[in-house]
Amino acid sequence: MELWYTEEHTDNVRFSIKVKEQLHSEKSDFQQIDFFDSNEFGRFFTLDGLMMVNEKDEFAYHDMIVHVSMATNPNIKNVLVIGGGDGGTVRELTRYSSIEKIDMVEIDERVVRLSQEYLPITASKLDDPRVSLYFEDGVAFVDGLEKAYDLILVDSTDPIGPGEGLFSKAFYDNCYRALTDEGILVNQHESPYYERDAKEMKRSHSKIKKLFKVSKVYQFHMPTYPSGHWLFGFASKKYDPLKDADLEAWNKLGLKTKYYNTNIHIGCFMLPTFAQDMLDEV
Amino acid sequence: MRRHDYQLDHTRLPLYNALQDHIDSRVIPFDVPGHKRGRGNQYLTEFLGKSVMAADVNSMKPLDFICNPISVIKEAEDLMADAYGADEAFFIVNGTSQAVQSMVMSAVSEGDTIIMPRNVHKSVINALILSGAIPHYVYPHIEEDYGMVTGMSLEDVKKAIDQAPHAKAIFVINPTYYGVVSDLESIIKLAHEHDMHVIVDEAHGAHFPFHDAFPYSAIALGADMVASSLHKTGGSLTQSSVLLLNNGRIKRNHVKTIINLTQTTSASYILMTSLDLTRKYLVDEGEKVFDKVVSLAKNARDKINQIDGLTAFDIDSFSKKACYGFDTAKLGINVTGIGLTGLNVYEILRDDYNIQIEMGDAHNILAILSIGDSDKEVNQLVSALFAISNNYRKEPLKLEFKHFSATDVKLSPRQAFYSEMERLDLKDSVGRISGEFVMIYPPGIPILAPGEFITSEIVAYIELLKKENGTLSGLEDTNGDYIYCIKEV
Repeated sequence: MELWYTEEHTDNVRFSIKVKEQLHSEKSDFQQIDFFDSNEFGRFFTLDGLMMVNEKDEFAYHDMIVHVSMATNPNIKNVLVIGGGDGGTVRELTRYSSIEKIDMVEIDERVVRLSQEYLPITASKLDDPRVSLYFEDGVAFVDGLEKAYDLILVDSTDPIGPGEGLFSKAFYDNCYRALTDEGILVNQHESPYYERDAKEMKRSHSKIKKLFKVSKVYQFHMPTYPSGHWLFGFASKKYDPLKDADLEAWNKLGLKTKYYNTNIHIGCFMLPTFAQDMLDEV
Repeated sequence: MRRHDYQLDHTRLPLYNALQDHIDSRVIPFDVPGHKRGRGNQYLTEFLGKSVMAADVNSMKPLDFICNPISVIKEAEDLMADAYGADEAFFIVNGTSQAVQSMVMSAVSEGDTIIMPRNVHKSVINALILSGAIPHYVYPHIEEDYGMVTGMSLEDVKKAIDQAPHAKAIFVINPTYYGVVSDLESIIKLAHEHDMHVIVDEAHGAHFPFHDAFPYSAIALGADMVASSLHKTGGSLTQSSVLLLNNGRIKRNHVKTIINLTQTTSASYILMTSLDLTRKYLVDEGEKVFDKVVSLAKNARDKINQIDGLTAFDIDSFSKKACYGFDTAKLGINVTGIGLTGLNVYEILRDDYNIQIEMGDAHNILAILSIGDSDKEVNQLVSALFAISNNYRKEPLKLEFKHFSATDVKLSPRQAFYSEMERLDLKDSVGRISGEFVMIYPPGIPILAPGEFITSEIVAYIELLKKENGTLSGLEDTNGDYIYCIKEV
């Protein structure tokens, strides 16, 4: 018997992974959570049937959500991670000894606990003494905060489902206020390729670019996400990631990374024309 | 927790089961509707889905008939009546406006006087045009700081009964849009002592019987008839509604005849079945789901009240004189403290934050919380209010509240409606009888209704509000320069 996990990337496109074993399945208060083991991608987990993290390509996502802004402003001390229940984003952050405080706000505690059990590769650093975990709605967490963080990383699911509020203008407005004058916001920015994802990409960009002095979008290759072509948003009150980044200083830190490097830092902002056009028109 | 014990077996779904059996039987339809279960209109079937189209059928033997229900519709109506603790229930598919109109026409007819608050919905005045009854108005209490009206004080109702002892009925709103209820129990007692029917517009209180945190439903307090808008806060489909009756003063057959004057003979089975399923849902799950609504509303109030300049209303926000109880599922918020009008905030929420609220007026906004809400949506609303208060804040608005003088009813709304009219310059209309409505928000009290005497104070008041860009409604001339008056002979 063969067991396959299938995700519908669109109504007409499917992506399947042959599954060795289903490790866990439960319905939390917020979503359906499933953990699998596979030959090709190792362990992976899905929320409401959608691929979140797997052992084989998680490095691309977690390198790129963290290191671009850390290389842009090496003085980042206080970081807020919204979502990111698998812990991979926090893991990358903990590699910087300069960071003093990491608050992670994840709405679904079960995602964190199950990741600690089944995906230690990403969840292993959640017990770092600088890390505080808050299990609540990130939308409500940032209400009323003022200049509290140098960096906010929005490591969210897609806008349909529990992640919806994390794509709202109210949330971005309140993040803006929660950031210091040098603050940077990086958010999961969907993809330009398939129509539904592209629509959300444009909606998100149109909201953020009205708020921040600097608002750019950068790309990375994420083989298990629809089309493999995925984006993060980079928005900042002060720093331009291309002009202001001190890449030499970052290289001197000597961090060993598997995806990010300082050439990618520049290159990832160079988008293909069709994607750049879509972003320019909003 | 429930306020009355159910007499009937609420596991039953007579109308839903009959409809499902009918669909399963695959009867060959040579009757209307002509789409024949959606086979004939693919555009619509693709949009709505096959199951909706299959449920769109006409009345027939196994499915009963809305105009004279004797089997499954009647059983479903009896279960609905039981759920509300009423003697009878009538399914209404033309919206609660029709329920209200049928209720008014059942209670009063040509030449009868009916006591009612001045801030009734326009559908009630329309019902007076249909029935020929004459209104005697009670001016509801005005909360000047919030620019809104609340309930009728018992004292003012007593006064009205003294002034119009011949009135045949009294009309009560339970609750107002913002959730305020009057002392309905005392009003009912008083009215019945004076041999008056009590009919109640419970359009915004359909959820009342299903949780103890809400005010009492009018039918439980002994009102004679109640129009309850199940589609508003109960969860049924838009346009489906019920008219409830406590037997005694008003007779069932009379009400049925009146409903049949205006209700369609091709009542939608989708709408009626939504009432059947909703009744069972509210009986089964109401207490649990409204527990959640009540706690969501409490959390939202607590958080919103932390935002400087915003006040989320609760029962203590209003003068006790005309606020006997409060529906906490209505999240009314005064916003003038952040320097914006309610209308401003309404539009900012809609245009910038993708949030649709129920309404905004000069001073306030109103969000309705209901069985479909969760923390997620409420958090987004609160977040948006935080963001708006930061991004748009100005000096607090001081909106002066202007009172206006009441006037006399010279003709019944029906007489006025059917009279010959002429268009006059507003300033030339003093001393004439109005043929039109004039309404200005806030506070949403009609300044003039058809059949009323136009005084110089009223004209001056309209001119003043026009100058201040009040939202004028009702008049054919939207600028308010002209008004239709009854032609003098």
